Amino acid sequence: MSFWTNIKRVSRYGFIGFIRNGLVSVAAVFILLIALFFQANLMISNAAMTQTLEELKEKVGITAYFQPGASEEQVMAIKQSLEALPEVALVSYTSRDQALADFRERHKSDQLTLQALDELGENPLGASLDVQAKEPSQYETVAAFLDARQVEGTNGIDKVNFSDNKLAIERLSGIIDSSSKNGITKEIILGICALIIVFNTIRLTIYTARDEIGVMNLVGAGHWYVRGPFLIAGILYGAIAGIIVLILMYPILRFYPVLVGLDPTAEILFGSFDSFDYYVSNFVLFFFSILGAGMGLGAISSYLSVRRYLKM
Amino acid sequence: MIYFDNVTKIYFEGTPPAVEAVTLSIKPGEFVSIVGHSGAGKSTLLKMLFAEVFPTEGAVFFGEYDIQKLSTKDLLKLRRNIGTVFQDFRLLPTKNVYENIAFALEVAGKSDEDIQADVPHVLDLVGLGEKIWSFPHELSGGEQQRVAIARALVNQPDVLIADEPTGNLDPINAHDIVEILMRINDLGTTVLLTTHNKSVVDSVGRRVVTMDQGKVVRDDPHGTYVL
Repeated sequence: MSFWTNIKRVSRYGFIGFIRNGLVSVAAVFILLIALFFQANLMISNAAMTQTLEELKEKVGITAYFQPGASEEQVMAIKQSLEALPEVALVSYTSRDQALADFRERHKSDQLTLQALDELGENPLGASLDVQAKEPSQYETVAAFLDARQVEGTNGIDKVNFSDNKLAIERLSGIIDSSSKNGITKEIILGICALIIVFNTIRLTIYTARDEIGVMNLVGAGHWYVRGPFLIAGILYGAIAGIIVLILMYPILRFYPVLVGLDPTAEILFGSFDSFDYYVSNFVLFFFSILGAGMGLGAISSYLSVRRYLKM
Repeated sequence: MIYFDNVTKIYFEGTPPAVEAVTLSIKPGEFVSIVGHSGAGKSTLLKMLFAEVFPTEGAVFFGEYDIQKLSTKDLLKLRRNIGTVFQDFRLLPTKNVYENIAFALEVAGKSDEDIQADVPHVLDLVGLGEKIWSFPHELSGGEQQRVAIARALVNQPDVLIADEPTGNLDPINAHDIVEILMRINDLGTTVLLTTHNKSVVDSVGRRVVTMDQGKVVRDDPHGTYVL
């Protein structure tokens, strides 16, 4: 008998078993659906967390303020030496004129301040350099570099604001560090829980068929011939649950993102992250992850559960 | 053809043997009824023939093969060559009559065309042609047992084992099942029947092996049910 004939027969029995054991199949699909929904939820929460942290990272930085008398060459020399540091991601230069324009813009409704500025007659503001490090933990090095230049006193550096930001930067490094560690730990623990629940549900569906497996053994069916239909049914549970989750995510993320833990109050934290946009633009990733996880879980659980009842 | 060579089976250490020092030879084409009280060791003896249990001591031979020494693959082949019928029918509950019988043919590697031809034929043989698309739960006990017999027969096995096949049936259905078994035997298949039913054994009128407490206590070539 050909391999394909076997595959055809086993698949047919898998489908038939799935349909005829309707209630059991619905229960298994439902449990898998919850597990996969939870997985999609985790994927989105992780993306939200990562993106938000990236945004926050960009917002922190060190600013070196120069004395108004510092020449552009002095500023540029510092800029170049900063850019040469391996820890530095970006250095942006704000000229004296730009600083003044920004100041005016910021205080445009404060006539008193603007008048005082006009009375000074000259630009009292110095140029500045905004430095962004590659990692929050690297600001210390950058700050030390700038402080050393400031102490030399010949570079025109007036003030380095790292100490003001130090606490915020350290906290952010801490948050990023612990949230990624916590995230992984949580994922592992919850993943194991989901795995155990799904495995036990599928084991129950196969427990109800244990006599059937015994009969198959008795009439001389090979192990794969017995196991095959259950594997197919397991894969079907996962595929159907996966497709339902993929479809449900559309309206949920569009209208009720609160269901995946992104409630409106979390907007303060998650800022500009749009879960619906993220889902749509990364649909291929979700498609393969969710369906793959569902079908894999179904197949592995079935495989292990049937093995228990296969005897000679 | 079948030879139990001084076979003993002890399920758990310290408990009395289910089968003790049984030596029994069965020739091709024989109809052997094995009788005895519950727990006499009848079912254990038969289970050793299709390798559901293995003897603690001694050996069981099917033809020239020592069953205990067969590989998994050969064991599966052996099972396809032994039809089995049980008191509790053991049909596949989610498969209809056609699929139950087709399953036995499929595992034996038959083609779809052969299966489509053989299943209705064997169902006619047991008088169930019109129930081909019914599910087991839609059939009476007698009908389910006929499906089980059809499944056991469809691969044209050398041996048919019937372990208390009439235990769950009324006298009329029990009589019908025995008739079918005798017809099968007339066609050349060796039949091993275990039963409690005196009228069944007496109506068969062939070889009767009587067991008691795991031992063969009587072996009568044209016997009746005597305990």
